[in-house]
Amino acid sequence: METLLAILRGLWLTLRHFFRRPITVFYPEKKRSVSPRFRGLHSLALDEEGFEKCVGCGLCAKICPSDAIEVEAEENTETERHSRGERYASHYVLDIGRCIFCGYCVDACPTEALSMTPRYEMADYERDVFLYTKSRLLPEKDNRIQKRRESV
Amino acid sequence: MIAFAKSVVVFVALLLMVAYLTLLERKVVARIQLRVGPTRVGPAGLLQPIADGIKLLLKEDIVPSEADRHIFVLAPALSFAAAFAAFAVIPFGGEIQMFGRKMSLAIADVNIGVLYVFAISSLGVYGIIFGAWSSNSKYPLIGGLRAAAQMVSYELCLAFSVIGVLMITRSLSLSDVVDGQSRVWFAILQPVGFLVFLIASFAEVNRLPFDLPEAENELVGGFHTEYSSMKFAMFFLGEYGNMITASAMITTLYLGGWRGPFLPSVVWFLIKIFVLLFLFVWVRGTLPRFRYDQLMRFGWKVLLPISIANILGTGVVLAMMD
Repeated sequence: METLLAILRGLWLTLRHFFRRPITVFYPEKKRSVSPRFRGLHSLALDEEGFEKCVGCGLCAKICPSDAIEVEAEENTETERHSRGERYASHYVLDIGRCIFCGYCVDACPTEALSMTPRYEMADYERDVFLYTKSRLLPEKDNRIQKRRESV
Repeated sequence: MIAFAKSVVVFVALLLMVAYLTLLERKVVARIQLRVGPTRVGPAGLLQPIADGIKLLLKEDIVPSEADRHIFVLAPALSFAAAFAAFAVIPFGGEIQMFGRKMSLAIADVNIGVLYVFAISSLGVYGIIFGAWSSNSKYPLIGGLRAAAQMVSYELCLAFSVIGVLMITRSLSLSDVVDGQSRVWFAILQPVGFLVFLIASFAEVNRLPFDLPEAENELVGGFHTEYSSMKFAMFFLGEYGNMITASAMITTLYLGGWRGPFLPSVVWFLIKIFVLLFLFVWVRGTLPRFRYDQLMRFGWKVLLPISIANILGTGVVLAMMD
């Protein structure tokens, strides 16, 4: 008898749910806003004078648990100056396909050059696109791969 | 000739109902879980069953190398045919005038209709057991054995609970059963029998909470683990066809069949079937699956004694009324 009542209570509950509004968000048409501390795609920052904050120390690459970041540094010269320190990152590649978005790289960065944006739509059809080079991570520079894909 | 035309019409209507029953199920279960279900294919997802059908037809058809080929191919056809053949004797409407002739809305009015339906619906189990056995694989075999044990246990309750109705009508013909309910539904005269029949029907068509032969989380799909493409779809059609047949049987035996005021008889029949199908889906969205020993204990120690007591009770009441 008790089980029968329990079954009826269950049926009543599911019936009430049946008449409630679904909580589905129709994703590509409607998007949920993300929290302010959301960890999405990385970005590299410039300082107020337009120099790269990154000094190519490679700490982000060192701490990365999935080995997603590659950094090679070179000396700044008088004629060609990229950052305010002695060195800059001449080669910086972030493989977003390997990244687990843990944010350790951001914590490790001594110059606060690296940060994470709320951007999370990074799916693509080609593996090349997952390799984010320095030019694609810096603000207001040409997004060259994107341009190339559009021109094809 | 007329019987043939009626068969074709009923068959096509049943196939359509099965197709849209899958959509109804997905929609209703989704709403119970506060989701929306399929919405992308066609307006409100209405073309989803057609897309599913095309997909299943175009899938690769695999027969496992260790399988018993002939039986493996036969099994889904048997399961499918049994589900639909049972509908042949169910009266889905009263008599109508068409082309100047009187026509009864049932493919055949057999005088042993109830027995026929039970015979055919127990054939459906063979489809499941054949499929399970011929797959030559562990999970299907376990699923098939469960199906066999479950069907034997619950078919008994099904048959015993119907006897109460047959004692009142004194006929095995389904149209007589419907005529017997012109004043009161048998669900009211036979509440216990109705409940037992309803529960046993859930077990008979392998629906939750009695879907142990499938038990996707323990048996990887149970008896149809090795099936793919249209053969799998045949099992699927059979299962949903069984649901419709079971609803039709419950309607005919206990809910007054096609009888009802104002609306045409076929419409009443469809409304009652729809309500029962909704109940099937609703229960699926509510209850978890039985454990195997619970299933057996419930069948033999609860349902069967109740149904036998129901026969005795009905007999005593009928004897006193005489």
